[in-house]
Amino acid sequence: MSTAKLRQQIAFIVLGAATLFVIVPILLTIFYVIKNGIGAISWEFITQPPRNGMRQGGIFPAIVGTILLVVGTMLFSLPLGVLAAIYLVEYARDNFFTRLVKLSVVNLSGIPSIVYGLFGFTLFVLFLRLGTSILAGSLTLAIMSLPVVVTATKEALESVPVSFREISLSLGATKWQTVRHCVLPYAVPGILTGTVLSLGRAAGETAPILFTVAAFYLPRLPRSVFDQVMALPYHLYVISTQVPNMPTEISFATGFVLIALVFLMNLASIILRAHYRKKRLW
Amino acid sequence: MPRRISEFIVESLIKLSGLLVIILVFLLFLFLLKDSLSLFGIYPLGKFLFGRNWLPISEPPRFGVVPLFLGSLYVTVGAIIICVPVGIASAMFIAEVAPKSLKHVLKSLVEILASIPSVVLGFIGIRWLGPALRDVLGLTTGMCGLTGSLLLAFMALPTIISISEDAIVGVPRTYKEAAFGLGATRWQTLWRVILPSASSGIIAGVMLGIGRVIGETMVAMMVTGNSPVVPKSILAPLRTLTATIAGEMGEAVSGSEHYFALFAVGLVLFVIAFIINLIADAFLRRARK
Repeated sequence: MSTAKLRQQIAFIVLGAATLFVIVPILLTIFYVIKNGIGAISWEFITQPPRNGMRQGGIFPAIVGTILLVVGTMLFSLPLGVLAAIYLVEYARDNFFTRLVKLSVVNLSGIPSIVYGLFGFTLFVLFLRLGTSILAGSLTLAIMSLPVVVTATKEALESVPVSFREISLSLGATKWQTVRHCVLPYAVPGILTGTVLSLGRAAGETAPILFTVAAFYLPRLPRSVFDQVMALPYHLYVISTQVPNMPTEISFATGFVLIALVFLMNLASIILRAHYRKKRLW
Repeated sequence: MPRRISEFIVESLIKLSGLLVIILVFLLFLFLLKDSLSLFGIYPLGKFLFGRNWLPISEPPRFGVVPLFLGSLYVTVGAIIICVPVGIASAMFIAEVAPKSLKHVLKSLVEILASIPSVVLGFIGIRWLGPALRDVLGLTTGMCGLTGSLLLAFMALPTIISISEDAIVGVPRTYKEAAFGLGATRWQTLWRVILPSASSGIIAGVMLGIGRVIGETMVAMMVTGNSPVVPKSILAPLRTLTATIAGEMGEAVSGSEHYFALFAVGLVLFVIAFIINLIADAFLRRARK
């Protein structure tokens, strides 16, 4: 074997080793959580409120809280994100305003989640007097998810061929008719994929909900959007750091349910993507 | 003409949402700035930026951001040392070495890593990684900077790998063909031709990964020891900027000096994130050209 070939062999082995260094801990982490948590998963665990200072019982209120927050986040981030992306792709001219919108989206995407938490607390909880509530938490998470929704929608709109628009316009359709009937329907899969992905992230986030909605211990279900709720990620944080003598099984099981929920959302997004890719017409 | 009217309304809404995005960022900055500036009315800016003591409930309180900044710096540098070489090497492997079927499996696994909530990784750090490091390295506590660095490196890896991989795959085929035509091996082509051409995209990925490390809160709060002192080394307990806000906001009385100080910490984070993002965006643009 020549030196060049030998070098290549060594280099590829090193690259492969680095990849293993990434992959193995992922599998170990998931295996570790499942192995230690599966024993405590039961119908009761999923459908009952916590009891005895959270050391017994289930996590039902936290599951409901997280689902409510995800739905609330979607209600705010989806329309705003999609409309903003339509503006950027279909309506914007290359001017100062457009550049400012683009810069804002880039900037939002890099802001640390805890800073969103601070912002949500001053703006929604204090300034707009929403209190620590589902509404305040959903709005905070929605702003955090916004850049992902905008970027995904933008990419989806841009991938629709220009000829679709040209034909529609040449037949006398207005700008909005073109967007509504000849562009948007074909961008739906991309928009959905991106949105579901961003919601999965919102479901797992803890920092933005710390001071805007999350309740330490609230074993009943919320009555309105102005109530606090428990949430899965915050609950896991609480029981793994703040509660002494916590049975580890319950912590692992909570982590297991959280991971499962986020995975299900990701899976939904992957299935959507695959399903629509098959039906793609161009 | 009702159609005209409805169309006008929709198009106005579309333009309005563009405007709303700008307003949101503006508001975010304004609210952070407003509450931070309230601090500097009662506590000197110099003492905040260069003070080496963070003692929010002592009498008089001291709000020196240096120990927190160093905490973030130690953890971040530690994470970068781990995740940048590993991330780029994995991206190279996935893009150019792995056979097609393996490639898909690896990419999905990296996506799975990206989706694991940070609080779960923090929990793993408390239960397993921290104690393991303590025993292996003979530390007094496993809740230290290094534990944070390792976990945060893993949180940054998906970002670095996926953006670098895109950059490597995006290098024009002709470059590769030309190198092969001159008799270069696959490795020589990858190392000398593809990697330099993809460097802008790779740097952008690395910058975004670093942004994630600095901004990550829960892992930092759960595993780095919660000790707001100037850290002696990465093996000592410390506390990051993010963990300080998350840990103390609940106790700070709204409108107090302490409360404003936490917003000032938030502003520091905002500015750091803003700069990192601008750099990443500049490199991304260059990569697209």
